[in-house]
Amino acid sequence: MKPAPFAYVRPETEDEALSALGEYGDDAVVLAGGLSLGAMMNMRLVFAETVIDINSLQELGHIERQGNWLRTGTLVRQADALIASEVAAAVPLLQRGLRNVGHYQTRSRGTLGGSVAHADPSAEIPLCLATLGGEVELKSQRETRRVAARDFAESALSTCRKGDEMITALYWPVAMGVGTAFTEIAQRHGDFAIVAAAATAWRENDGLSFSLGLGGVEGCPRVLDGTAPAEDWDAAVKDAVATFVDTLDPMEDPRASAAYRSDVAVHLGVDTLFQALREAAV
Amino acid sequence: MTTRIRADERVRVTCSVNGKRQIGYAEPRTLLSDFLRHELHLYGTHVGCEHGVCGACTVTFDGRLARSCMTYAVQVEGAEIGTVEELSDGSALNVLQRAFSEHGALQCGFCTAGILISATHFLANHPKPSEQEVREMLSGHLCRCTGYEGMVRAILAVAEGSS
Repeated sequence: MKPAPFAYVRPETEDEALSALGEYGDDAVVLAGGLSLGAMMNMRLVFAETVIDINSLQELGHIERQGNWLRTGTLVRQADALIASEVAAAVPLLQRGLRNVGHYQTRSRGTLGGSVAHADPSAEIPLCLATLGGEVELKSQRETRRVAARDFAESALSTCRKGDEMITALYWPVAMGVGTAFTEIAQRHGDFAIVAAAATAWRENDGLSFSLGLGGVEGCPRVLDGTAPAEDWDAAVKDAVATFVDTLDPMEDPRASAAYRSDVAVHLGVDTLFQALREAAV
Repeated sequence: MTTRIRADERVRVTCSVNGKRQIGYAEPRTLLSDFLRHELHLYGTHVGCEHGVCGACTVTFDGRLARSCMTYAVQVEGAEIGTVEELSDGSALNVLQRAFSEHGALQCGFCTAGILISATHFLANHPKPSEQEVREMLSGHLCRCTGYEGMVRAILAVAEGSS
């Protein structure tokens, strides 16, 4: 299991990286932490003529608050985000999600942006970003654009990123005083989730508003936005989640049938949303 | 300046491994695990699944844990690499290695090199871990012999200073 031959390009600045992407475009892949791409190339599920290694671009490794957003550079390592006080304060859902991302060892080099770019259906980071209504910053020599995370992934492992673009940052809406919860079902802790659920809830008017994201069910994260009464929300929420899951078309694979996924999605979705609502209602 | 290496080009890679300057040659697709073993003749790092799951090949790369099977040798130009060979002083085992021996934390030893590297990094960052934290850390490695119990005991013993 060795990768097929490829040319290697290591830019030292963002401008150099964008120039290389402009030159190689669809024939190149961008290498960040390499925890997903490396496996795909070793198993020869991905062939690239050129690998553009962005690990020297230190300017992409910062976390900063920008008004109502927390901006995380694409190279922020998952292990660093997990213990960053800015993340804990401003985006608690991400911190909860990150505990389920891979393992202690893989989070050490794995990046936030790399996971979003790879767009695995059961990945936690893009699920949290979509649930919260976050955005993906894409840069090319032509333009800089921001795409809603909910529109970024188009299907499993496929996104709207163009060949000459790279993800430079993720934008997380700052959410103080909200309730959040993240749970997932996997065969082993750290394995790919069969179903993952991310929820955020907050007080609004006289009731509660929420977003519930489900990962691992369809090819990309799906999100339900809704409202619930301030108390006695059990029946209303169960109905809303069951109705939402009915509209999904769950994947089928050797680990889980579509029917099982659908069943887990309802139970896990309801449980996770209850946790977030309880935290918001306090 | 952007570094560019052709697919069929074999370039010189200079890095520091366990504090010692090392030079070897690699193509872009050469895995760090193969570079360590075949070029630098450091056979302590073991190669298991070659897709980042088993953890046998885990090393440190500029202080971070890395699966050396998913790191390319050309990436470590100028970097500091740490492998299992750095732990002992010749044939004298360090505290963690002795604890592994005392607590039956290894049998065939195939997975052990990576686990020792992980556990060393983990204990440096979590000097007083809970048993649950140790178990979660170990979930990033596959061992088919021990059932992990001895490793949990060994790592906790080192953290408690009782080994």
